Amino acid sequence: MADLSINLAGIKSPNPFWLASAPPTNSGYQVQRAFEAGWGGAVWKTLGEPILNVSSRFAAVSFNGKRVMGFNNIELITDRPLEVNLKEIYETKKRFPDRAVVASLMVEPKREKWHEIVKRVEDVGVDGLELNFGCPHGMAERGMGSASGQVPELVEKQTYWVKEVARTPVIVKLTPNITDITATAEAAVQGGADAISMINTINSLMGVDLDTWNTIPHVAGKGTHGGYCGPAVKPIALHMVAECARHPRIHVPISGIGGISTWKDAVEFMLMGATGVQVCTAVMHHGFRIIEDMIDGLNHYLDEKGIASVMDIIGKSVHKYSDWGDLDLNYKVVARINIDVCINCNKCYISCEDASHQCIDRLRDENGKEYLKVREEDCVGCNLCSIVCPVDGAINMVEIPSEHPSMTWNERQAVINSLSNCNVDVK
Amino acid sequence: MSLSLSDLEKNFQEVEPSLTDREAIEEANRCLYCYDAPCIKACPTGIDIPAFIKKIASGNLKGSAKTIMLSNPVGASCARVCPTEELCEGACVLNHSTKPIMIGKLQRYATDWAIRNEEVLFEAGKKNGKTVAVVGGGPAGLSAARELARMGYTVTIFEAEKEAGGLNTYGIVSFRLPQKISFWEVNQVKSLGVQIRTNTRVGKDISAKELLDHYDAVVLAVGMGRVPMLGIEGEDLDGVYDAIELIKETKTKPLTDKLVGKRVVVIGAGNTAIDGATCSVRLGAENVKILYRRTKEEMTAYDFEYEFAKQDGVEFRWLTAPKRIIGDENGKVTHIECVRMKLGEPDADGRRRPVPIEGSEFTMRVDVVIKAIGQMRHLELIKEFGLEHDDGVVKVNPENYQTSNQKVFACGDVIFEKGQGEAMVVSAAQQGKEAAYAIHQYLTKAVSETA
Repeated sequence: MADLSINLAGIKSPNPFWLASAPPTNSGYQVQRAFEAGWGGAVWKTLGEPILNVSSRFAAVSFNGKRVMGFNNIELITDRPLEVNLKEIYETKKRFPDRAVVASLMVEPKREKWHEIVKRVEDVGVDGLELNFGCPHGMAERGMGSASGQVPELVEKQTYWVKEVARTPVIVKLTPNITDITATAEAAVQGGADAISMINTINSLMGVDLDTWNTIPHVAGKGTHGGYCGPAVKPIALHMVAECARHPRIHVPISGIGGISTWKDAVEFMLMGATGVQVCTAVMHHGFRIIEDMIDGLNHYLDEKGIASVMDIIGKSVHKYSDWGDLDLNYKVVARINIDVCINCNKCYISCEDASHQCIDRLRDENGKEYLKVREEDCVGCNLCSIVCPVDGAINMVEIPSEHPSMTWNERQAVINSLSNCNVDVK
Repeated sequence: MSLSLSDLEKNFQEVEPSLTDREAIEEANRCLYCYDAPCIKACPTGIDIPAFIKKIASGNLKGSAKTIMLSNPVGASCARVCPTEELCEGACVLNHSTKPIMIGKLQRYATDWAIRNEEVLFEAGKKNGKTVAVVGGGPAGLSAARELARMGYTVTIFEAEKEAGGLNTYGIVSFRLPQKISFWEVNQVKSLGVQIRTNTRVGKDISAKELLDHYDAVVLAVGMGRVPMLGIEGEDLDGVYDAIELIKETKTKPLTDKLVGKRVVVIGAGNTAIDGATCSVRLGAENVKILYRRTKEEMTAYDFEYEFAKQDGVEFRWLTAPKRIIGDENGKVTHIECVRMKLGEPDADGRRRPVPIEGSEFTMRVDVVIKAIGQMRHLELIKEFGLEHDDGVVKVNPENYQTSNQKVFACGDVIFEKGQGEAMVVSAAQQGKEAAYAIHQYLTKAVSETA
């Protein structure tokens, strides 16, 4: 059994799986149920001034018959009195002292408001604070959430105000609804953040009802944009984590959020630089019990790899993530079809023919049996055929040794530039 | 007897449940949507199966039903009676990885939707002024008529029975194929302006000559007739039935209790024999046995029909042939004398010929004997049309279904040769389509030649 415990900027938890600040962490009852199930930590649903919610609030994308590929909400922060939440946080932490209880906070961008709420939540014994600069709907219209989170100066200033009084580690939760998340991440670091978490939800309109022409979801015939999350957003979140992880001036731990449903997703986020992960949609879909497999699967993975502590995998893939200009132009892979495994659905053929480089031939063997073959000399190694292939092992992408040494675009341009600087006639 | 007539009626409700919406969506999404898919090639009517399944997945059920019915005018019936594991599902590439898509059930799902919503799927083509008579309103005739009407022909179907649909309407038990399915298919054809003259037997109510004189072309799609005589003693006793007639009765008349508690033997082992046997079980027979002079290997019934019969409790007696039906003083069947058989040399059709084992005769107590040893040919009618035939099988040019009379095209069971296993509804439908296209070619060619 590997050591699954983590330490994120001083916040310790027995495993890297936290519940994200969201409907599953709305109450002490829920968070305690989650802890009973095995969750390592929970970020309490955002505390702030009391709000009013609407009905209905959620919607989801089904894809090819599968439910909840993507999920969206227009729910606001907690709708319960602060005193009630604080009392329940206190009770929860008392009952589960080894779990991380982090308070998510959102108030108006005023110094005294931040000071006041930080003091009140730290008084009940939270392990850390998470500043919600990401919520994209409702609160943003009042200058909070992502309205703050999209302006680096506001992120820096508010983080600074919090840090003036905070005694526990401060995590700044970032919005993905921005061109370059490293700008706000850096601002958070400048403001003194101990860690950053990402991503919050992405602006979204889930759909339009084909019969009523209402938005999905709608509130009395009217809709608004919501926050998008769930499995569909994972690649977006992973990219943002990776960008922050490799950024030289963003040197604080990252709590990864966005479409994490399984232990495998968690491993990917951690390899890409996250110290731990936060989960919401998968729990909304299946309940707290999914933690059992997340812990179990992570354990087996680490044991199989001979890794003693989950902390040892953090950031191990970051150096492999780079810019396009650093990729080797002379590296080549080609598709190879294993006809013993192939079931002849011709999916690879038609995708290559219509959407790629027309390099798969439909042939017949001496018995008249159809088979597919890649013309390797014409294959550009795009992966499309292997992506659409429904059978594992039927198409392998095979490395072809290059006659040329590695050469990236940046290296190539550097050579060209140096040659032209020397005024050498390259013809 | 504890069985009431309403119990029997329940027995005749369709056995296979339809897919629920959710099941259909999940199954449709499992389809790989193969390119140049083998299932299409395995379907005698060439239904674009991946396309109709994709349309189920996308929620375009009308489009799905249309894709099916375009290729197969009796596609709703075929969804129920096709031996799919030998055809489309047998060709599914997923046989080699997981499990094949339930194509038949999805086809039923889409066509059921169209039936429920009373959809009319096709329109007649612009009238071209030409007329075609279709003799027989079964799968082949309906199929030919539908395609001809789409091409602008004025089509009249001559149907001897009270309703069109042929085998699908009268010859397949209700618990496998309810009549309303067949009627919907008939109505689809009617909606194209095809006139269906029911209760009109060509050769009796109207002569072949009249058709040949008054129509530009004739489609002969009369199928087959009654079950032939066994040629054994006692065949006219009370309690001997023709399987086709028995099934037809259950589809056209109120169910009776005449088989309740009876011991039944069915002679033959094709799909009609299976239908006769399961029909008897569901009519309350106490014991039903199928007697077949060969073995399971030579049986022509589809595997799924055989499995279905076994589940219904039908017993099979292989290598057993009837020799004599014995009755009591009132002329009622009481026993059947059988003889055991063994398989000898292969026949002309490749199946080993059954030979009686001398001295192996034995008798069984039975109340009812159902004959299902094939069907007779409509020889008189074929003669009346003056067509060349081979023992009642109309001879056609395999390229275009044209008979020895160039105006007459034949398709379906009327050209089904012996020794080819079971005639399939789906093949009849395809032949009907092809005969229609051949007629179109024949008549447009005639025009261009005269022009």
